[in-house]
Amino acid sequence: MSSNSFSYNEQSGGGEAAELGQEATSTISPSGAFGLFSSDLKKNEDLKQMLESNKDSAKLDAMKRIVGMIAKGKNASELFPAVVKNVASKNIEIKKLVYVYLVRYAEEQQDLALLSISTFQRALKDPNQLIRASALRVLSSIRVPIIVPIMMLAIKEASADLSPYVRKNAAHAIQKLYSLDPEQKEMLIEVIEKLLKDKSTLVAGSVVMAFEEVCPDRIDLIHKNYRKLCNLLVDVEEWGQVVIIHMLTRYARTQFVSPWKEGDELEDNEKNFYESDDDQKEKTDKRKKPYTMDPDHRLLIRNTKPLLQSRNAAVVMAVAQLYWHISPKSEAGIISKSLVRLLRSNREVQYIVLQNIATMSIQRKGMFEPYLKSFYVRSTDPTMIKTLKLEILTNLANEANISTLLREFQTYVKSQDKQFAAATIQTIGRCATNILEVTDTCLNGLVCLLSNRDEIVVAESVVVIKKLLQMQPAQHGEIIKHMAKLLDSITVPVARASILWLIGENCERVPKIAPDVLRKMAKSFTSEDDLVKLQILNLGAKLYLTNSKQTKLLTQYILNLGKYDQNYDIRDRTRFIRQLIVPNEKSGALSKYAKKIFLAQKPAPLLESPFKDRDHFQLGTLSHTLNVKATGYLELSNWPEVAPDPSVRNVEVIELAKEWTPAGKAKQENSAKKFYSESEEEEDSSDSSSDSESESGSESGEQGQSGEEGDSSEDSSEDSSSEQDSESGRDSGQENKRTAKRNSKAKGKSDSEDGEKENEKSKTSDSSSAESSSIEDSSSDSESESESESESESRRVTKEKEKKTKQDRTPVAKDVSLLDLDDFNPVSTPVALPPPALSPSLMADLEGLNLSTSSSVISERKALHPKLGKK
Amino acid sequence: MIHSLFLINSSGDIFLEKHWKSVVSRSVCDYFFEAQERATEAENVPPVIPTPHHYLLNVYRHKIFFVAVIQTEVPPLFVIEFLHRVVDTFQDYFGVCSEPVIKDNVVVVYEVLEEMLDNGFPLATESNILKELIKPPTILRTVVNTITGSTNVGDQLPTGQLSVVPWRRTGVKYTNNEAYFDVIEEIDAIIDKSGSTITAEIQGVIDACVKLTGMPDLTLSFMNPRLLDDVSFHPCVRFKRWESERILSFIPPDGNFRLLSYHVSAQNLVAIPVYVKHNISFRDSSSLGRFEITVGPKQTMGKTIEGVTVTSQMPKGVLNMSLTPSQGTHTFDPVTKMLSWDVGKINPQKLPSLKGTMSLQAGASKPDENPTINLQFKIQQLAISGLKVNRLDMYGEKYKPFKGIKYMTKAGKFQVRT
Repeated sequence: MSSNSFSYNEQSGGGEAAELGQEATSTISPSGAFGLFSSDLKKNEDLKQMLESNKDSAKLDAMKRIVGMIAKGKNASELFPAVVKNVASKNIEIKKLVYVYLVRYAEEQQDLALLSISTFQRALKDPNQLIRASALRVLSSIRVPIIVPIMMLAIKEASADLSPYVRKNAAHAIQKLYSLDPEQKEMLIEVIEKLLKDKSTLVAGSVVMAFEEVCPDRIDLIHKNYRKLCNLLVDVEEWGQVVIIHMLTRYARTQFVSPWKEGDELEDNEKNFYESDDDQKEKTDKRKKPYTMDPDHRLLIRNTKPLLQSRNAAVVMAVAQLYWHISPKSEAGIISKSLVRLLRSNREVQYIVLQNIATMSIQRKGMFEPYLKSFYVRSTDPTMIKTLKLEILTNLANEANISTLLREFQTYVKSQDKQFAAATIQTIGRCATNILEVTDTCLNGLVCLLSNRDEIVVAESVVVIKKLLQMQPAQHGEIIKHMAKLLDSITVPVARASILWLIGENCERVPKIAPDVLRKMAKSFTSEDDLVKLQILNLGAKLYLTNSKQTKLLTQYILNLGKYDQNYDIRDRTRFIRQLIVPNEKSGALSKYAKKIFLAQKPAPLLESPFKDRDHFQLGTLSHTLNVKATGYLELSNWPEVAPDPSVRNVEVIELAKEWTPAGKAKQENSAKKFYSESEEEEDSSDSSSDSESESGSESGEQGQSGEEGDSSEDSSEDSSSEQDSESGRDSGQENKRTAKRNSKAKGKSDSEDGEKENEKSKTSDSSSAESSSIEDSSSDSESESESESESESRRVTKEKEKKTKQDRTPVAKDVSLLDLDDFNPVSTPVALPPPALSPSLMADLEGLNLSTSSSVISERKALHPKLGKK
Repeated sequence: MIHSLFLINSSGDIFLEKHWKSVVSRSVCDYFFEAQERATEAENVPPVIPTPHHYLLNVYRHKIFFVAVIQTEVPPLFVIEFLHRVVDTFQDYFGVCSEPVIKDNVVVVYEVLEEMLDNGFPLATESNILKELIKPPTILRTVVNTITGSTNVGDQLPTGQLSVVPWRRTGVKYTNNEAYFDVIEEIDAIIDKSGSTITAEIQGVIDACVKLTGMPDLTLSFMNPRLLDDVSFHPCVRFKRWESERILSFIPPDGNFRLLSYHVSAQNLVAIPVYVKHNISFRDSSSLGRFEITVGPKQTMGKTIEGVTVTSQMPKGVLNMSLTPSQGTHTFDPVTKMLSWDVGKINPQKLPSLKGTMSLQAGASKPDENPTINLQFKIQQLAISGLKVNRLDMYGEKYKPFKGIKYMTKAGKFQVRT
């Protein structure tokens, strides 16, 4: 048994070294308590007997007891041989419980677990879909590396199952297999690709989950399914909705251009966006083209809106973050109402939602201002909720509502929850700095609090007042005097230190009090907290420099005390100060500037929201909640400058299910992809009909689908072989058509073709500058050009591959250009271009492009140039 | 997604663990216990606790912590919402969700959990479907099972799982076909010292209990749907119909479910049905304080206010209270300093009041703040917002169901600051 537990530990290793120890102790502890266990042995013996009996009821009883043991965390692994025999039981409940047991212990008893595999293999062929599904579930859950090939096979088969429920389970199994053996990635991606095409709402959520886990960067797999996913979304189960929405948010950020007006965009990054609006305008002027939203972008925003009404808080939050991250800012407002609604929910939901609102309210106050009162604190709220609400109230404070808020804060300050009262005082300080009109009111209010009975409140007030005074140093002599008096009564170190620092800074404004304070402090120096001692030393130094007549002796006394202090920080500081202020023969040039050093103008501290820096995390994520990048967090990319080709999302009328290709045939797959993308342009109109079909498909249930699938699987075999032939034939015809189209449709879709043309061009032309000027005759055309240039890495890779497949068909001499492409160096050495296998009319067209230049294009190019350089 | 689940009772025992992937040692809960200790109170335990290799997300309900262990980035609400769904399911299955009940039904719990998640991703969370997969234990069924040897586990995939109405089980049969709807509104309010309203809003829900044969298709319409400002629906409600016609059209799940929750637009002034007169004073010099509160009806539309309870967290300095209520009973817990007064019905002719003195800690300074008073009450047959259901129609089935609608107004988070 111990050896087993050991092997388990080894498997679970992999970067968990720290916890390994813990795990080891826990797995060993039952065996360590073997003495105790041996008395239990008899009991287990009788369980074994029950399992071996002929009666189902006895077996069931035994299994129930065993499951009870597992649930309590007791070790039941020694029963493995007895239990595994029952895996083929006819009784479905026994079977299920055996499954539960297997999933728990198979990892530890791999050899014995193999005994059960054949049963599952048989069950995978069962006519009952529930049994097929659960067999797949267990088979994929037992985590025995030897059976990876069997699992792979089972997943492939199940992904083509007639029952969507089984296919759903196949999607889940993908993730399990991937975590067991990451080397299967390529094969699994193929299955994912296939399942992504599935039209059942049942499968959609699970397969997207698998996609997110296995290959979140293969965004190209989504293109074709984007519209279908958007349309299915409302009918997918809640959990799937959350996953799909998160994935689509990421997708949208890579595929569409920003819907935010330039001015708004700045709001995200900078506080004072009003001021910098002007420079921004220049940029907008440069970009003449008005923004029009991609219809697919709109589709996503429109189709997620109803989900704001979901009862599931996670779905509402997911939609909210989608709106926040990808919708035009003017439309994001609708999410606030729904988020405020979630505040009625459980404390945990409130906590997460409030955190997200806090981040949002920093950037866009207006969104939540109408709901100000919903964030009023109730005395029954848990402290963490209270502080979050307070945070939001501070963010929402402005000239108009501050008086109401301050009245509300007054109640909070008196709260019995002192931690909360202290947080309120901090809040008042922040409001005072943010809204200049109320600074004085707040300051007066805080000074009143100095006479509060509760020490924590007073201490917090002192600290906040210190920060406020620092911002407007003049004319507050009275307050400083008042605070100096407090030194006699207050004991909280931070507060004392703050007062001393304040007096030191303003020692010239309170010339009479300061030396007296120093005198008192000298007396109590030895009994003060370290924090206070340091400030006493500072105060002494400052006074020595400004008023050495009165304080010279006092300061020296304090420095002497500091010299022999127990704390080395204080000794250190003492030595430093002595060298700096007390003139002696050794003292260097610095002592001349001692006064400047000590009494320099210090910048006022910025009272900032702790949620200030959270906005770089996607809202609604774990990373956002913790403000730390969590394992597996997927960065939300910035908007692309120019949208990648939108036509990749076009779908054909009849989806041809792709044939299973062995691993090596990736190339062929790619050629297939190309095949689709080329015929797309003609499909534009028919695409809407395919969408509607996908909807009806989900409802028509198994029958219709099975028929369809049967067809497609037959087709696909021919397909893969015929694709290539048909392609080349079609290609030439199509290209002819396209050249005609290109001229009329100035906005040539930057297909892979286009990109290639450009590159060929770059070879005909002698230098890169020639290339940049060679482009297009109209400004809109230049856009298509820049599209092809500034495409994201992933797209480029696919393009390259596509090119490779194309290569197969074009003459050998073109090899050279391919190599150049790999380098992706726009400044390519001139290579004699072999006669390309393009139609003559296209060539003519290209030459035409080559000659024409226009000034507007050049300016456009300039803006893009940095991007080009990066390549 | 969700790696493991631990159930921890209030005394810190892990009484159930379930793993969906590799086993995570229960020692990971030590981080949770640490956080729990820091938080002092159960409700202050942060819902998300990071540990070196895992993240612990927990919810606290029915005095049980449900701690989910996750390893990678996942929307936290996803996990939290799921955990709440687990609790709801247990409640649905066993009537109550408590430690002894879970321990007694550990096998069913395990089977249910097994169905709810696969590899940490939710599989079946609709109670209608779960109940077909694993039948909830009833006394009758337990007896039958022991005699016939049949089981609680269904052997067919619930058809709902595959159909377009995944929330409804098929083949439902009742001899009495009934559909009941409860419109329950809660008033959340903060009333300030002088009796004026700081904030007040109405949140409402429509809970339904539908026991109808077959596949009924219901529509429910309101007299004044405009009142509803923000709504969230059970997945069964057809959103498009609501958008265009303001009609709730749905195929209901079988049994109890929450059809709708809504928020009444903030523009409407909320009628506050009760007022509280209070006079709580501490004197600096003496160790005695005066305490007096009276509760009375305000705008009740002629309905009686029932089930009134007053609770208040007294300041720490209060040692004891000697009070006499004009009606009902009161208790004061000197340890937690919680005063609660069970008033009952309010009789407008003779207003209930609670008077007496508080004894304070000698020598201690008087508390800064007077305690906040929390109020609970119920008003039957009244929806305070004025929302009215117009009619309920059924299509798709031939029989005539019995329909019933009930209105009720309750206090939600109703606080009076003093």
